[in-house]
Amino acid sequence: MPAVQETIEQVRKIDVDQYKYGFETNIETVKAPKGLNEDIVRYISERKSEPEWMLAWRLDAYRRWRAMTEPTWAKVHYPKIDFEDLYYYAAPKSSEGPKSLDEVDPAILEMYEKLGVPLKEREILAGVKSDKPKVAVDAVIDSVSVVTTFKDELRKAGVIFCSISEALREHPDLVKKYLGSVVPQSDNFYAALNSAVFSDGSFVYVPEGVRCPMELSTYFRINERETGQFERTLIIADKGAYVSYLEGCTAPMRDENQLHAAVVELIALDDAEIKYSTVQNWYPGDKNGKGGIYNFVTKRGDCRGRDSKISWTQVETGSAITWKYPSCILRGDNSRGEFYSIAVSNGYQQVDSGTKMIHLGRNTSSRIISKGIAAGHSQNTYRGLVSAHRKATGARNFTNCDSLLIGDKCGAHTVPYIEAKNQTAHFEHEATTSKISDDMLFYCMQRGLSQEEAVALVVNGFVRDVLQQLPMEFLAETQKLIGISLEGSVG
Amino acid sequence: MLEIKNLHVKLADEDKVILKGLDLVVPKGEVHAIMGPNGSGKSTLAYVLAGREDYEVIDGDILWNGESILEMEPDERAAKGVFLAFQYPMEIPGVAGLTFLRTAANAVRKKRGEAELSTPDFMKLVKAKAAALNIDFEMLKRPVNVGFSGGEKKRSEILQMAMLEPSLCVLDETDSGLDIDALKVVSDGVNALRGPDRAMLVITHYQRLLNHIVPDKVHVLAHGRIQRTGGKELALELEKSGYAEYAGKAA
Repeated sequence: MPAVQETIEQVRKIDVDQYKYGFETNIETVKAPKGLNEDIVRYISERKSEPEWMLAWRLDAYRRWRAMTEPTWAKVHYPKIDFEDLYYYAAPKSSEGPKSLDEVDPAILEMYEKLGVPLKEREILAGVKSDKPKVAVDAVIDSVSVVTTFKDELRKAGVIFCSISEALREHPDLVKKYLGSVVPQSDNFYAALNSAVFSDGSFVYVPEGVRCPMELSTYFRINERETGQFERTLIIADKGAYVSYLEGCTAPMRDENQLHAAVVELIALDDAEIKYSTVQNWYPGDKNGKGGIYNFVTKRGDCRGRDSKISWTQVETGSAITWKYPSCILRGDNSRGEFYSIAVSNGYQQVDSGTKMIHLGRNTSSRIISKGIAAGHSQNTYRGLVSAHRKATGARNFTNCDSLLIGDKCGAHTVPYIEAKNQTAHFEHEATTSKISDDMLFYCMQRGLSQEEAVALVVNGFVRDVLQQLPMEFLAETQKLIGISLEGSVG
Repeated sequence: MLEIKNLHVKLADEDKVILKGLDLVVPKGEVHAIMGPNGSGKSTLAYVLAGREDYEVIDGDILWNGESILEMEPDERAAKGVFLAFQYPMEIPGVAGLTFLRTAANAVRKKRGEAELSTPDFMKLVKAKAAALNIDFEMLKRPVNVGFSGGEKKRSEILQMAMLEPSLCVLDETDSGLDIDALKVVSDGVNALRGPDRAMLVITHYQRLLNHIVPDKVHVLAHGRIQRTGGKELALELEKSGYAEYAGKAA
């Protein structure tokens, strides 16, 4: 593209530079010692020049975390994590990355190739450190026009979209009002840890009556790369507002941090709607099950206002261990929660994921569509809770959990919890488990598809209901990703 | 030209031998019919030609255009022009007919070293071929074979055949489950594909299909071997006498 060089020049001149410096400086220079204590928490807060109340909040979380123990109820097995042997501030990768793509695991490079990731983008994803100015690289990926017009348009609409650190400086009242209001500090072990040491993340506020003029996705794709292991996201849709947000990336990301414990809080006020989509493809470990990311995430949305709606869509193909239950608290009357999930596991991956739909208000409804695909030696568990509290008159839920097995060494498990404390609640649960049959594969192969193409086609058909929920621009990429994740799973 | 030489086939998981020295030659440009009683090995022959893993070839060979295809995967055979119209086509939930046709057509084209079809070209082609087979275009937006009637499934098979342009067509009991009207449509579809570069093997129980698809030769398969070969009038004879003559005869 001839426009690229020009674009790069443009970017250099405008505000993407701020993004570059704003993002890079602190992680390049400092690193706190290993282990976790109050001093480290204070250090983190100080480095980020946070207000006093934020430090107190973090310390409170830290003390609660100290008193908690790791949950063991999930169907995942891993060696005990030594929390004193981890860095809690500054990314070690800023100095230790590979110098060029030649030093990166060829398997990962092969995957980039198949996904059609542009060369420049591959370097960033793989964490290659180069002397070339980073801003130019970013520009090549998504082009300057996207970033700048994004910022302009959002500003015009009154949407606040920034890092949570920036939000703490620029909009402390909003953060103070909502942070921890959906996932309290002591909610669970990993949420408490995150509350104490979270490094950064995103903050979105969509003011009353505003429909966010664009998917908050492309922009995020640029930002995402530098987010650390303890990410904190807070999204608020004020009355009548709408926002659609996509995190993650289809290309696998190299990361030095083995443990990830993110917290995402969504708040939807009266008549507001939040659509949150995730494509997670972190390093799943090698083919023998060594290495890989442990992903312990707490994601929860609060339909606080009447007629509000929160919708989670997730495509989980990466990580050695996934422990993740994006949930909805249906507090407002007539509010609605949705959870659409595709969880693909291969090799020795372990997935324990699902959702919680907590019906509190009247005439609330929820819908759960979960598609689990297990291959190789992996274990894939759906764990979900649907509950109606005493005052949740007219609560409705429809749940559909389908599991697909590929091969005979993997496992699929469905653990639904259903609690109805109100007689008028109407809950439906459907579940199926099936295997990709040899007949089906043979039929496809007779029509000219290779075995891998056949598996990809059948699996993409299996997950179609959920794929349709993804933003259009990610659909094709995600379909490809699912196929690639299952390569080598048959025969 | 299809040449099957002394083919012996058993089930992969059992000792049961199904084909016991089958010899058959189908030159390009000809349509041959295989008739025979239940359990004579007709469907086995179809599956073995397409490369299904449940069967093991213990002796003999299958040559297509002079080249043995026994070691080839099913998709490689498809690329070489082998097409099997299934007696019981599989359902593929969630995969629209159009997606399936396009994926298959392009997979075969790629393997043959041809350029993939562009979306407009593909749509034009499908629309024309579907219309010829009296297939409602809306049907192609539904998942492959899911909830299809017997007639719809068979027409969909023939549409796939037309799209993939194979050079060896094997039709396994394509007439089963078809009413007279559907039989006519399917047969017309098959006849339209007859040509000097294409060999066809039509497997059937009944003569009635052969009124519509008139074969150059008819073979009687029983006890794992071809027992008799004749012209199209052999089918009529079988229709009258049945397969009783072959029932007692050991291979």
